Amino acid sequence: MTGVDQGVQDVWFLSMQGLGHMVSTLRDKMYTVVAPTARDGVITFAEIDSVDQIAAGVRDEMGPGKYRLIDDPLSRPFNYVVGQDSPKRFFFPPKLELVSMHIEGKRFVLDSTAPKPPKLAILGVRPCDLAAIHVQDRVFGYGDQATAERCETDSYYNLARKQSLLIAVNCTQPSSTCFCDSMGTGPRAKQGFDLSMTELGGGFILRAGSDDGRAIVSELPVREPSPSEVELGQLKIDQAIERMGRHLDTDHLMELFDEQIDHPSWDEVAKRCMSCSNCTMVCPTCFCSTVSDSNDLATDAATRTRHWESCFTHQFSYTTAGPVRGSTRARYRHWMRHKLGTWWHQFDSSGCVGCGRCITWCPVGIDITEQAHRLRHDRNTDHSQDEPIRERGLMV
Amino acid sequence: MTSLVTDTRPKPICGIDTWVPVAAEIIEITQENFNTLTFKMRFVEDIHRENYRFQSGQFNMLYIPGVGEAAISISSDPEETETIDHTIRVVGSVTRAIQRLGVGGIVGIRGPFGRGWPIDTLKGQDVVIVAGGIGLAPMRPAIYELLRKRDQFGRVMLLYGCRSPDDRVFADELEQWTEDESIQVLVTVDNATGGWVGPVGVVTNLLQRVRVNAAKTVVMVCGPPILNRVAAWQFLQLHVPPNRVYVSLERNMNCGFGRCGHCQYGRKFVCTDGPVFAFSDVAEIFGREEI
Repeated sequence: MTGVDQGVQDVWFLSMQGLGHMVSTLRDKMYTVVAPTARDGVITFAEIDSVDQIAAGVRDEMGPGKYRLIDDPLSRPFNYVVGQDSPKRFFFPPKLELVSMHIEGKRFVLDSTAPKPPKLAILGVRPCDLAAIHVQDRVFGYGDQATAERCETDSYYNLARKQSLLIAVNCTQPSSTCFCDSMGTGPRAKQGFDLSMTELGGGFILRAGSDDGRAIVSELPVREPSPSEVELGQLKIDQAIERMGRHLDTDHLMELFDEQIDHPSWDEVAKRCMSCSNCTMVCPTCFCSTVSDSNDLATDAATRTRHWESCFTHQFSYTTAGPVRGSTRARYRHWMRHKLGTWWHQFDSSGCVGCGRCITWCPVGIDITEQAHRLRHDRNTDHSQDEPIRERGLMV
Repeated sequence: MTSLVTDTRPKPICGIDTWVPVAAEIIEITQENFNTLTFKMRFVEDIHRENYRFQSGQFNMLYIPGVGEAAISISSDPEETETIDHTIRVVGSVTRAIQRLGVGGIVGIRGPFGRGWPIDTLKGQDVVIVAGGIGLAPMRPAIYELLRKRDQFGRVMLLYGCRSPDDRVFADELEQWTEDESIQVLVTVDNATGGWVGPVGVVTNLLQRVRVNAAKTVVMVCGPPILNRVAAWQFLQLHVPPNRVYVSLERNMNCGFGRCGHCQYGRKFVCTDGPVFAFSDVAEIFGREEI
């Protein structure tokens, strides 16, 4: 994605039939087109050849620990929000062979390096997921010269991102676990997209956010939208805000976490949490990984493979003195403090975009917004007798 | 109050995408105690010997193909560029594999990573070094630097503790430093085996034997968590300012450059913000369990 222009955004109307043109135009421009499809009863991103493969005739229903994709013949494409899948894996693959090498004499000889990512056009990126991509850009140093100089850039991520075209679809039907409005990431995609679409029944309000996006529009059968169409698009997004399923008060969260570091509710959450790591696997911003080695039995080659890791596993924090966070309580607390608090210190952004996946896909329905509310609700109750945090921390 | 350290870290040596290590040959092995050895290594390529520089307190990721990596502090003198030392306690698969290789073995190195000791800020200060067990390893480069520029500092004290006299690492050097008297060395052991006639007990007991001028003292601590905690606490009690108490921490490390998430310590990544922290930078979580 290049030439992002956050200022002037041209507006068009694209008919429902025009969506097919968009897919074929993208394919003509040598993009691998990825879009939401219905697979195994859930909305999943997959490569598509034609517009027919975009999930339609279904709507989703979700709640804590619950997800259902329901047949609804009248439902148009994008009449659903997010499944467990996010665009994350296209830039930060769950498993990536980084390098394969062997020792020859006294030197390491490379046999292979990481594959080149495809040139992707992701169609149907929800505003929360779009925000999540920009959160990960900071983590992986996308476009950051400072990290490049310290050999810290991730070349797969950077190339995949550089080549990518992001087509956002604004949300008009949030789910019961959505809280993007609280996190300031949706339901409207504000920036960082090449194209954005708002679905209006018969077609879409189309906006360009970059030169690459405008170049695509120039080949589509678009027309100028009527004022009422623009207004309707606006109205549908405004209604989505009102129907947002959940809310999270983000005011001074880090201070809240520091104050409530020993709050009894961490123990209550830990009693339910199975430390299964689902929340981290579905999270569109979680970036933890482990690089491990494997051997080829036929040759002397060793392959270094990076795979997604979760802070909920035992080995994640393991040192020779044992795991740093041995208890589920500590792991959940670490995860939540990181998402909503310490992420700001590390990357100058929130680690949570309000997509609600961790609530939906938690097998026991643990709710991050509920836990945040509980910590805040109890904030000024029983801390008058406590010693200052620093003193308690040092007691031995 | 933030730490006094400025970021003048040398650039890590790295191949494609940082995950390709640089080959180094083990040229000498010294047995420090029953499970700890110092491996002297030499980069195979001239260019790496020329370019590789590190700061006292930094670490490398040592790699054995097909086995994996371990984060190991550098224990040699930063001015010595021909070879680098790693003092390793053999406790895991990677460290066992390094031991098995022996002299002549090829080890991969990525690094140096992390933020080291605040040597540049020590001028005119008394320096108290507190180390437990293998915690002396990341201190040794700093001690060499202090000795070399000895007249720039006030009193320099090394308080070292280990399980028994036989468990001391760098035992010959400890005795040599003691004899030199250019730094004050106090060693204590948990178990006075053999002919030990020195102090017995935990390291922090040694504090009772030294005089600390809190107004002009910098403290550097590296040991097991309990030592880090108690030592830091005791020096704060003596009114050493929290931004002059430095502690080197241990965490699970995988990437070394703040990308894999394993070594998080509250707001910090131990691999890039540490492993050496000023107490003032981590005060809100220091000593807390399971952060």
